[in-house]
Amino acid sequence: MGHKGFIYGGTLCASILALIAANLFLGSVDIPAQDVARILTGGEAERETWRYIVWESRFPQCMTALLCGAALSASGLMLQTVFNNPLADSSILGISSGASLGVALVMLVGGGTITAGAFTLSGFITVILGAFVGAACVLGIILFLSSLIKNAVMLLIAGIMIGYIASSLISLLNFFATAEGVHSYTIWGLGNFGGVSLEQLPAFSAMIAAGLLIAVLLIKPLNALLLGPRYAENLGINIRRVRNLLLAATGLLTAVTTSFCGPVSFIGLAVPHIARLMLGTSNHNLLMPVTLLAGSAIALLCNVICILPGGAGVIPLNAVTPILGAPVIIYVIVNQRKIQYFN
Amino acid sequence: MEQHATIIEGKRLGIGYRNGKSITTVHKGLDFRLRCGELTCLLGANGAGKSTLLRTLAAAQPPLDGELTLLGKPISGYSERERSRTIGVVLTDKTQTGGLTVYELVALGRQPHTGFFGRLHRTDKEIIEHALHAVGILNKARRYMAELSDGERQKAMIAKALVQECPLILLDEPTAFLDVVSRIEIMTLLHRLAAEEKKAILLSTHDIEQALVLSDRLWLLTRSNGLECGVTEDLILSNRMDTLFETQAEQIRFDLMHGVFSPTVEGRKSICLKAEDEVLRHWIQNALNRQNYFCLPPSAAQPQCPVLEAASPRNFTLTANGQTRTCHSFDELLQETASLP
Repeated sequence: MGHKGFIYGGTLCASILALIAANLFLGSVDIPAQDVARILTGGEAERETWRYIVWESRFPQCMTALLCGAALSASGLMLQTVFNNPLADSSILGISSGASLGVALVMLVGGGTITAGAFTLSGFITVILGAFVGAACVLGIILFLSSLIKNAVMLLIAGIMIGYIASSLISLLNFFATAEGVHSYTIWGLGNFGGVSLEQLPAFSAMIAAGLLIAVLLIKPLNALLLGPRYAENLGINIRRVRNLLLAATGLLTAVTTSFCGPVSFIGLAVPHIARLMLGTSNHNLLMPVTLLAGSAIALLCNVICILPGGAGVIPLNAVTPILGAPVIIYVIVNQRKIQYFN
Repeated sequence: MEQHATIIEGKRLGIGYRNGKSITTVHKGLDFRLRCGELTCLLGANGAGKSTLLRTLAAAQPPLDGELTLLGKPISGYSERERSRTIGVVLTDKTQTGGLTVYELVALGRQPHTGFFGRLHRTDKEIIEHALHAVGILNKARRYMAELSDGERQKAMIAKALVQECPLILLDEPTAFLDVVSRIEIMTLLHRLAAEEKKAILLSTHDIEQALVLSDRLWLLTRSNGLECGVTEDLILSNRMDTLFETQAEQIRFDLMHGVFSPTVEGRKSICLKAEDEVLRHWIQNALNRQNYFCLPPSAAQPQCPVLEAASPRNFTLTANGQTRTCHSFDELLQETASLP
């Protein structure tokens, strides 16, 4: 890991702890800090509703942000390396749109509304399955297109087009859906880390952990893939198996986050760049763990910003992530000649 | 490993592409072997099938026919991991390694030898440092790949192939895009590595000039003659080089004296050339060939053809149609020869 790794790792862990605290202590309902502390340590609060808010709303939301941030960033990093394209991520390549389409199909064919949070366990598994199939289909198409389209920018544009197709299919589905369904889809599309209930949290965490585990186990082949597939193959990497595993991991992570939190943009795209710029390396040994930590920190920060208005309401997540993410990407594009990993 | 032991051997090898049921044969009946400690250059026109042959040797695509044995064992019997420890490649592929240090890049070559997480042990680090030293970029080890010149990047990729500890190294046009200094440097390096590190090194190249100087053996690949292998000088002096660009045989010829391909001279006019030394004769011929003169030695010249006597690059005497003129530079000489009928 080295000196730099410990400094950044330590700093990020400290900021994550601080941001977790901010997420637990701040919210639309004003709860005194000592009460929050008492509730978290298992004590009694002045009002029962406060206990409910902290444990049933703030805690799962905070954990969801933590896990989603890591999940989105890890899938962004894997996609950028696999497609040899620094501007790839699951929202740009249309993978989250694919997941959304899967969710929409399950929901509207099932006749319900598009929020996984409102579902029973079997419903919730169906929704995730739908999202996974949607994401995997788009990933498969992109993988196929990448063998035809050698130009990196053209592949991104093809991905954006696939995203548009998925979105218009969703609009078509919405056309036939009930007004209530359309409303809940719109709300879901704004993004929200509050979509996971305390009961769903263990299952949600387990699925994200499985995806992240695959990402961490693929660090060695990801490094070989920096050289491109033919070099990686010569280094003894089974390209097909590694690609399939990466496809499964990004598909799972995108599907789970998208079905619960909506299509969250920019975190997956920007965080790997933030990590690379900080560390000054493309070596996944260090880049992968720091990307996971930075993703968690940034998602928690976004969530804090969302709940800042307090009693006045909650800012939609997808209104915040581009403001943090897009400038990073513009910075990277403008300075690409100076940034080592682009050359 | 014993010097000149055979590393890879092909017998009646057929190469090409299999796409479902359709088979595109690029070559068939290729016979060859590569020996340890030797540098071999693969020469051929564009489209002759050099890349297909290299890909087949690297086991990136299966042969269509015949036998391909690596260290005495059929190549199909190797596992991915065994193969990655036996064949190292340097390709022309675009990589995204600018954000890695030279050391990290070279360390990737240890992947076939390291464990699941790719941790480097002390022996790995020693091997990496040895390779960095062998290619001469040890002082750049902590620099980013992005900061290196094209020639240095190529050296780093060669070091990556070295740390794989493979007896066979294949390089696809390693000197393309390099300036002449780097080209000579890379070729000299490869020649030295083959001998010192006891590797069998095969590289495809268009840089015939360097190949003829430093290559122990040549492989000439052509559509019609297939693969011809031999020691460089044997092939040159049996006029095999002229077969290399068979389709353009009208326009270019191989200059046996200087080891280069040059345009065929259209000798519409003749001149009798008497030069003081070989260098002077060569450059006078070079200049007069551009004016479509055919230079003849005094013994072969017709009595009426113009005579050029060159004592030095500053002193030419041209005798034509009974008149004698003296020129003091190539500039003056060429003006005179251009005005001759």
